[in-house]
Amino acid sequence: MHLAYPAVLAVLLFCTGLYGVLARRNAILVLMSVELMLNAVNLNLVAFDVWLRDTLHSGQALTLFTIAIAAAEIGIGLAIVLLVYRNRGSSDIDRLRDLAERPDGADADGTPQPDTQAEATA
Amino acid sequence: MTLTTTAVLVPLLPFLGAVAGLLLGRRTPGFVRPLAVLPTLAAAGLTVAVAVGQGGGPATDVATRLTPTGSIPIDLALHIDGFAALIAVLVGVVATCVQIYSTGYLRDDPRYPSYAALVSLFTAAMLLVVYTGDLMVLLVGWEVMGICSYFLVGHYWETETARAASLKAFLVTKLGDVPFLFGIFALAADTGTFRITGILGSVVNRGLDHPTLIALLLLAGVAGKSAQFPLHTWLPDAMAGPTPVSALIHAATMVAAGIYVVARLLPVFAASAAALVVMAVIAAITMVGSGLAALAQDDIKRVLAYSTVGQLGYMLGALAVGDRGAAVFHLLAHGAFKALLFLGAGVIIHAAGTNSLAAMSRMSGLSRRIPDAYWTVTVALLALAAIPPFAGFFSKEAVLGAAEHAATGAAHGIPGAAGWTVLVSGLLTALLTAAYAARLWLLAFKGRGVEAPDLPQALNSVRAGETPSPQPVVMNAVLWVLFVPTVALGLSAPLLPEWFDGRSLAPTLTTSVVGTGIAVVGGLVTYATWRHTTALAARTPIGAVVVDPDAAPGLAEETAIATHAPVYGDNAGAADPADPGRLLLGPLHRHAAVGFHLDAVYSALFVRPVRAAATLVRFLDREVVDTYVRGAGTAPRWLGAAVRRAQTGNVQTYLGALLAGSLVLAIAAVLVATGTGA
Repeated sequence: MHLAYPAVLAVLLFCTGLYGVLARRNAILVLMSVELMLNAVNLNLVAFDVWLRDTLHSGQALTLFTIAIAAAEIGIGLAIVLLVYRNRGSSDIDRLRDLAERPDGADADGTPQPDTQAEATA
Repeated sequence: MTLTTTAVLVPLLPFLGAVAGLLLGRRTPGFVRPLAVLPTLAAAGLTVAVAVGQGGGPATDVATRLTPTGSIPIDLALHIDGFAALIAVLVGVVATCVQIYSTGYLRDDPRYPSYAALVSLFTAAMLLVVYTGDLMVLLVGWEVMGICSYFLVGHYWETETARAASLKAFLVTKLGDVPFLFGIFALAADTGTFRITGILGSVVNRGLDHPTLIALLLLAGVAGKSAQFPLHTWLPDAMAGPTPVSALIHAATMVAAGIYVVARLLPVFAASAAALVVMAVIAAITMVGSGLAALAQDDIKRVLAYSTVGQLGYMLGALAVGDRGAAVFHLLAHGAFKALLFLGAGVIIHAAGTNSLAAMSRMSGLSRRIPDAYWTVTVALLALAAIPPFAGFFSKEAVLGAAEHAATGAAHGIPGAAGWTVLVSGLLTALLTAAYAARLWLLAFKGRGVEAPDLPQALNSVRAGETPSPQPVVMNAVLWVLFVPTVALGLSAPLLPEWFDGRSLAPTLTTSVVGTGIAVVGGLVTYATWRHTTALAARTPIGAVVVDPDAAPGLAEETAIATHAPVYGDNAGAADPADPGRLLLGPLHRHAAVGFHLDAVYSALFVRPVRAAATLVRFLDREVVDTYVRGAGTAPRWLGAAVRRAQTGNVQTYLGALLAGSLVLAIAAVLVATGTGA
């Protein structure tokens, strides 16, 4: 099989994931898009490993690492999203902006934002 | 003990006493007085032992290498000749008297422990200066004296006068010390040693490369320390310190250090005729100017201070005509009678409750209240005016005789001009000295008016029926101790030459007759003027005394100094038409009272430019430098405000920016790698 097929597939997967990360509003979908990007990388690793005929198969070994790390990452990520949803009743990335710099230090004054209100009631 | 051990102990004992006093003074008040008096007393005894052991014979030189410096080594050296031995005796005796006097004078002073320790430290430094044979070690003692003088003049630092005076004394003497240091370096560079014996040997054998420059540099330091024109202005102001300090530092010892150094290094000065003439002119200006100024002062201690300046002028004049024997003789005699005068003035101020002569002249019976001070001060004033047979007569005639010797061209290598300058100004000053001495005596003791205030009665457990002891006994006892040399030191004139250079110090007939005659004329003229003006005194009531009569002596003086300006209008003079000095000086009086405006000149020359420069520096600092500093803060803050707008809190925006950045970087890297973009 020519190298171009897996490479193009990997690019398509990565771009889809990138679009999802940048454009989706739901945090779970963003996490899923991250998984897509990771898998695009995995695909590349395996494809190039085969193409280069690496005797140690370091590409495949690295892929296993990536999968393990991705599993851990998605576990923690989903837990965080779950907690955020429980606290705020929403997992919209757009509305989770407590870390924004407000002009004139308004955050220090304690002017209540919608999100922080939700946090306070939780 | 060998002579060397004894001589080493002499400066060491007061030094250890000072250290112990400073360490223990606060915790163990009972030890303060013994710690102050006993080491000084022991040192005085040892100085006598050293003098006896030295016995006017050849100089003793001992040295140990203190530190190799790479070029000219510094030695811990002792050089004890007749000059050093006798001056050390004077220092020891006067310091002991002052310490004993202070136990009475400052007995209620809360700062007495530190005061006594500083006086001890000062004594140690002066003895070090006297005994040392190395100029660098001498400089150490010289500067320690300077700083002790600063602290002691500022003893009453609650008063504005004392604070200003101590700063002035320190700054003016330092102004002279800087050229002095350069002079020592130049001298060492020319002769290759800091040892005085080595320097003098080198001057005799090879001569100096820059004799005039070195002599003038050293002379600046001497003028600062010994209060010679134009650096004398600190001394009258330094009278804001306690009276014992004035007696010790500003009459008998510290100001004598400058004269002593010139006497030690006289061959260096004599190598340059120009330097001798400059010395003679400085001495002449100092003598005459201070005599005129002393006639116009109202504060009794300021009269004595200007008198000290004038007598130091005599000594410098004697050195300018190359006779250090006469100079040191006058130094010894003056040290004795001027210390007596100052300590007596302390008693008078305490008894009268004021330091103003104008107030004392409206007070009768002062002499009956303090008979001890009256008699001793009277004799000391006669000695000051050089009336035979007291000490001042012999020493002053020795100076005048030396000047006449030089003026007639009999002295080898001394310019006749220097001799004439010193002789003429010396005779003129004898007139002025007698005049101000007479004025002081008449105003202080022969006043007419209300009775002098009663002396404090409740001092040392006075019981009913006993004679009240109005003043601490020690204060009066010390006066009588100093009375002995004041009267009798002149008799030693035939014995002294073998201690000094061997030149006779006996008065010659011409100068004795002329000098004494002039002094008597000065005294009589003042008396006549006083008789004339004293009628005016009754019409002008001025004698306000604001001091509590029960106050301790030190406190009384502090109050008197602090209130002199508000009560009499000025620190120096008083607007008193009954003052004979006013009539004698005529239009000069106004200028003489303020020291011939020298302070105003200094103010215009130094103080105001420095103030203007300080204003400029403040402007540069506040308006220019600070602008940059504030700008350095403001610019990042604005930048930060701009960047902060990008922080929306939306993670996706951040990631988008990250992606865009990575893309730009990746494209740039690819372009660079392929070489197309470069």
